[in-house]
Amino acid sequence: MVGIITYGAYIPRYRIKTEEIARVWGANGAEIAAGLGVKEKSVPDLDEDTITMSVEAARSALARRDIPRDAIGAIYVGSESHPYAVKPSSATVGEAICATPVMTAADYEFACKAGTAAIQTCMGLVKSGMVKYGCAIGADTAQGAPGDALEYTASAGGAAFFIGNDNPIAEINHTCSYTSDTPDFWRREGQTYPSHGGRFSGDPAYFKHVQGAAHLMMEQMGTTPSDYDYAIFHQPNAKFPRKVAAMLGFTSTQIKPGLAVPRLGNTYSGAVPIGISATLDIAKPGDHIFVTSYGSGAGSDAFDITVTDAIESDVFNRSAAPTVEELLANGKYLDYALYAKHKGKIVMQ
Amino acid sequence: MSVPRYWRKQLNRYNLKGSKCETCGRHFFPPRGLCPECRRDGKIVDCEFSGNGTVRTFSIIRTASSDYDIQTPYPLAIIELDEGTCMTAQVICEPEEIHIGMKVKRVFRRIIAEGNGGVIVYGTKFVPA
Amino acid sequence: MREVAVVGIGLTEFGEKWDTSFRNLFVEAGANALEDAGMSGDQIDEIFVGNMSGGRFVLQEHIGALIADFAGLTKNHIPSTRVEAACASGGLAFRQAYTTVASGIQDIVIAGGVEKMTDVGGSETTDALAGAADREWEGLVGATFPGLYAMIATDYMNRYGLTREQLAMVAVKNHYNGARNPMAQYRKEITVEDVLRSTLVADPLRLLDCSPVTDGAAAVILCPLEMAREFTDTPIKVLASSQASDTIALHDRRDFSTLDATVAAGRRAFKQASLTPKDIGMVEVHDCFTIVELCAIEDLGFCAKGQAGKLTEDGQTALGGSIPVNTSGGLKSCGHPVGATGIKQVCEIVEQLRGEAVGRQVDAEIGMTHNVGGTGATVVCNILGV
Repeated sequence: MVGIITYGAYIPRYRIKTEEIARVWGANGAEIAAGLGVKEKSVPDLDEDTITMSVEAARSALARRDIPRDAIGAIYVGSESHPYAVKPSSATVGEAICATPVMTAADYEFACKAGTAAIQTCMGLVKSGMVKYGCAIGADTAQGAPGDALEYTASAGGAAFFIGNDNPIAEINHTCSYTSDTPDFWRREGQTYPSHGGRFSGDPAYFKHVQGAAHLMMEQMGTTPSDYDYAIFHQPNAKFPRKVAAMLGFTSTQIKPGLAVPRLGNTYSGAVPIGISATLDIAKPGDHIFVTSYGSGAGSDAFDITVTDAIESDVFNRSAAPTVEELLANGKYLDYALYAKHKGKIVMQ
Repeated sequence: MSVPRYWRKQLNRYNLKGSKCETCGRHFFPPRGLCPECRRDGKIVDCEFSGNGTVRTFSIIRTASSDYDIQTPYPLAIIELDEGTCMTAQVICEPEEIHIGMKVKRVFRRIIAEGNGGVIVYGTKFVPA
Repeated sequence: MREVAVVGIGLTEFGEKWDTSFRNLFVEAGANALEDAGMSGDQIDEIFVGNMSGGRFVLQEHIGALIADFAGLTKNHIPSTRVEAACASGGLAFRQAYTTVASGIQDIVIAGGVEKMTDVGGSETTDALAGAADREWEGLVGATFPGLYAMIATDYMNRYGLTREQLAMVAVKNHYNGARNPMAQYRKEITVEDVLRSTLVADPLRLLDCSPVTDGAAAVILCPLEMAREFTDTPIKVLASSQASDTIALHDRRDFSTLDATVAAGRRAFKQASLTPKDIGMVEVHDCFTIVELCAIEDLGFCAKGQAGKLTEDGQTALGGSIPVNTSGGLKSCGHPVGATGIKQVCEIVEQLRGEAVGRQVDAEIGMTHNVGGTGATVVCNILGV
């Protein structure tokens, strides 16, 4: 069955605390941190972007399992912060993991769910026999305008999944999606920062679509929340995934391993992929994982995943690359001024 | 530099692809098409380096030309790769952290972005191993 | 091979010459050299011009023709050639002129060097100079020129126990000498504390370890020794002129703290002149950064490896020391118009050997020059004697 052959995550080493951002805008940092459930977030280095993080994540995946590069037939990078408006991130990633030239590649954008859309595409290509392995990446150096609520959470990171049907470490039993035209969050061409609909991004957007896809999945699979060991939901903050999990009947224990947002922030397209990675970091053969992403605009992709014996077998070396927990440890803290420099928020002449 | 010049050697920069002389066994990164020892008797073949190495000497660059200036101060080092050849590269660490003998490993980073509208050049830098 | 002599020298004042153009700099130095030799331009058979980067600094190539034209030497259509070896361009021009005269191809040849560096901004200067190293595998990854020499300094200090203070003493000594040279860019003495307090440019090198950005030109006139008395009572003989190459990139060197090209060029020069380092009374070395002066003193054989810091601290390289180094003030204090430096070094030796270096005169009959291109990929050495 089609599934995840190997995976890898990447998180930059820099951090900024929610309270430090609040200090600059004269807001109550403790209150905001508690309200969002986000204490700090990752910040990219000056020389990091979606492409570099994607390459690092893909290389980590390949360190765990060395698959023939010429068998990688497709690479999709999902992000809303591709370094170029025109010129594919995916081609650079392909070159940097030596998978070029006999492969297809494209960049995806669907707000925060472009990474899971990439997984679905790779599944289709593998299932149809068009490619042996497909590489699906979700990564972002997320943007939030100075002073905007998004600035407290918009962070940097990503994860890569190689999809195939050759002894996967986790089988993807099923995927389904729920999509509608809902303008809760957008960024127009040429604009540096996204705009959003404030509270409109709650009920009619995030909650409607995540629940829509989740219900669809359980209906189609004939499952209930108690059938799953772990669940991962899109995590723009800690409040939304906790609330939607409770609404659907998942427990806080089920979502805990995949909830990286309190220390990571919202990595947009990287959020669910990093959540899946964090869960696979600790998963055992037979573990059953429920996943629902969310992308503004709006849509959700749901996945039903079962971890296989391969994750603990000789074909896979989980310790050959850092876990999400290890990537989150030992962050280097920046003040707002350095953060602004790292994020290109200072206008240079 | 121009776009074709960046592009021409990007596989070498991305993946530390160099060359070696099968006649005498010397490794070359950056790649050489002619072995300085064996010259025309040398058989040059492609060779990918592991990306692990040791800092042989270093400096902290505090003044650089415009495309690099945003990154100052940055540690720059001559790194002896485990295969036995030296290359110049940035090391991503605190200026006070770098030292001779430090073990490093490769990472994929931006080298420069040419202004706001120009090409972005990617390549290999190093971090403490 | 004929014996060759220097019969005329000319310099411009070194510095930021805002009101002087590239071409006027060279013409001024050339005219001074002709004046010094008491010679007419019509007597010149050939021109060699050392220039590193007219293309980057003043967007001008075809330097040989430009110089011949504005020096008023197109009437006889004499050959005029620009030679380039980064910061060793001047030294190379001298060597080209020397071999041309020694071989008998020409009789009277002018060797000059010129650089106009202040017509571009600091960032562009840094970038242009980085072209003296490996653009693709050093410059592109963020290596600046001071950064490369700083890596030599880091290696050297780690291996030989050189102190930061000893390194500073090189700059202090060269500024002392430069303060006594009317053509120098910085005619100002400095202290060790001044050096240690100056801004870090590339650790461990500070601003006052670095030679400045300079406009300037220098020219010398060479002719067969047998003709020299026609022009001067004090011809200075060229006893040797040598050149050596090494890898363009520092990372490919056998030893980062030894410039093998200096060793090779030095040995060749001593062999050609049948001399040893003990015979040399003074030397102008390429101190683009303080560390290079120490490497040069050792690599030319004036002391053992690792001893140049001590030699400097003991005052042996100062005016009146056992081997005065950079009596002109060196690149550090006199200034470093890159293409002109190698010629300026020869001018200084000639001035000293003629006994005309007022205020900084040393007692010597044989002097040597050492001119480096890049981080040591080209080295030119010359030995001159009375």
